[in-house]
Amino acid sequence: MKDRRTTQRRIWSRLVQIAFLAALLLLWFLAANVWGVSRILLPNPADVWNQLIDIVASGAFIPDLRVTLGELAVAFAISMSLGVCIGYLISRSRYLVKVFEPLLAAIYAIPIILFLPLYVLLLGLGPNSKIALGATISFFPIVLSTIAGFGYVDRTLQTAARSMGASDLQLFRHVLLPAALPVMLAGLRMGFTVALLSVIASETIASFAGLGHRIVDLAENMDTARMFAYIVFVIAIVAFLNAVVSKLEGRAQWR
Amino acid sequence: MALTAATRIAVAPGLRPWLMRHPGVARLGVVALLLMIWEIAARFFLDRDFISPPSVVLLSLGDLFGTPGVPAALWVTLYEIAIGFVLSVIIGAGVGLAVGLNRFAHQSFMPIVLLLYGIPQITILPIFVLVFGIGVASKIAFGVSHGMFPIMIAVAAGVQKIEPILFVSARSMGASRWQMLRYVIFPQMVPSFFAGMRLGMSGVLLGVLLAELYVSTAGIGYFTSVFTQNLDATKLMGLVSILAVIAIALNETVRRAELHYARWRD
Repeated sequence: MKDRRTTQRRIWSRLVQIAFLAALLLLWFLAANVWGVSRILLPNPADVWNQLIDIVASGAFIPDLRVTLGELAVAFAISMSLGVCIGYLISRSRYLVKVFEPLLAAIYAIPIILFLPLYVLLLGLGPNSKIALGATISFFPIVLSTIAGFGYVDRTLQTAARSMGASDLQLFRHVLLPAALPVMLAGLRMGFTVALLSVIASETIASFAGLGHRIVDLAENMDTARMFAYIVFVIAIVAFLNAVVSKLEGRAQWR
Repeated sequence: MALTAATRIAVAPGLRPWLMRHPGVARLGVVALLLMIWEIAARFFLDRDFISPPSVVLLSLGDLFGTPGVPAALWVTLYEIAIGFVLSVIIGAGVGLAVGLNRFAHQSFMPIVLLLYGIPQITILPIFVLVFGIGVASKIAFGVSHGMFPIMIAVAAGVQKIEPILFVSARSMGASRWQMLRYVIFPQMVPSFFAGMRLGMSGVLLGVLLAELYVSTAGIGYFTSVFTQNLDATKLMGLVSILAVIAIALNETVRRAELHYARWRD
């Protein structure tokens, strides 16, 4: 009896969700076609769809996507190697953890996007300033999670392994790494996400190329339908990359 | 005996063990060292057009405030953050309560809230500027769109976590709807509400600052691009530092409030 009621409730809430999204689409359609909201502010959904098909089919997105992914790859490579190495070195001493962890956490609390104008001044409007910003922002979750992973491994485990005669390498391979990995991987996933978002953000604010720049460019030319299509495209790309990284993390966690 | 041992440790001993017991002092030392490296590098090795030593930045803050328009732009940014935060709290708490209190609403609308929260909002920043213009409104709106979701989610989760027994006993004692809100729900959700406000504040800061930097024809964004074009590293670093200090102060205020009110229950 109760079972049936919960399934019924689930079906109803799915219906409400679908109706809500459908109502949004309908509202958009009505606003664009019937109530005569300006085309510059709100394009016709059909136009957006056509533009989206055109962007994907013509491959017009490839140069911008390549720029953005290239910046992301370099930024993440930098923040990952620096974050993991520095985090591991700090985590080896309780004292260093006490000195550095609050400092890093405090800097992490500042909206680091503020450094973007400084990076633009130093490194120019090209990819370098985006890479620097992405690396800076994603460094903090990675280094903090590495410290949290390696710094708080149960001392008794380490002592036990030592007393059974484990070498440094064995201690690392069989005790430290398995204990730290889940926390560290979560940090790496988060670092990846914020690196991607900050690369797109810095392209939006100041750049010559990349997906973020493309959206701004279309907005400035009042080509709103194509801009909407690009926004949908970028959201899909971000969702796809995040899903891939979550999947990779899940697989590594399981091992 | 124990006492003398303790005093011997306290009096005897050199800088190193003292630092070992005071990691906070060592932390300040690290900061001072970094500032010193920056100072020396900027003074003697790097191009002054691009990097300015911290002492010069600090001394020229007065100059920065004397630049026409800069104080006004900073005030406007503070104003946007304040209004954005208040609106985020109102919308976030309202929707959070509405969604959290009703099981059906929670089941139906929480996935939609999470879906919207998951959208990389930076992609829609140009739409905000198209719709709300380059003035105050677009920045407040972008701040709210970043700030309201964490509050919503925290409030809804907080309400969901309230033990059903509390509702049952209040109802059996004849509590009205308002009394339930006032005496059961509000006190129970204080910790999660403040946790949400902390996340909401960092969201509002991010949203407002992103929009400020994006619009380069007015406000902070105008000055950062002018200082960049003029290679005026000193003023640019001064402006960025002031904004960072504002952000730290606001974050810290909300964090203190959270610590204070989260402790209330224990």
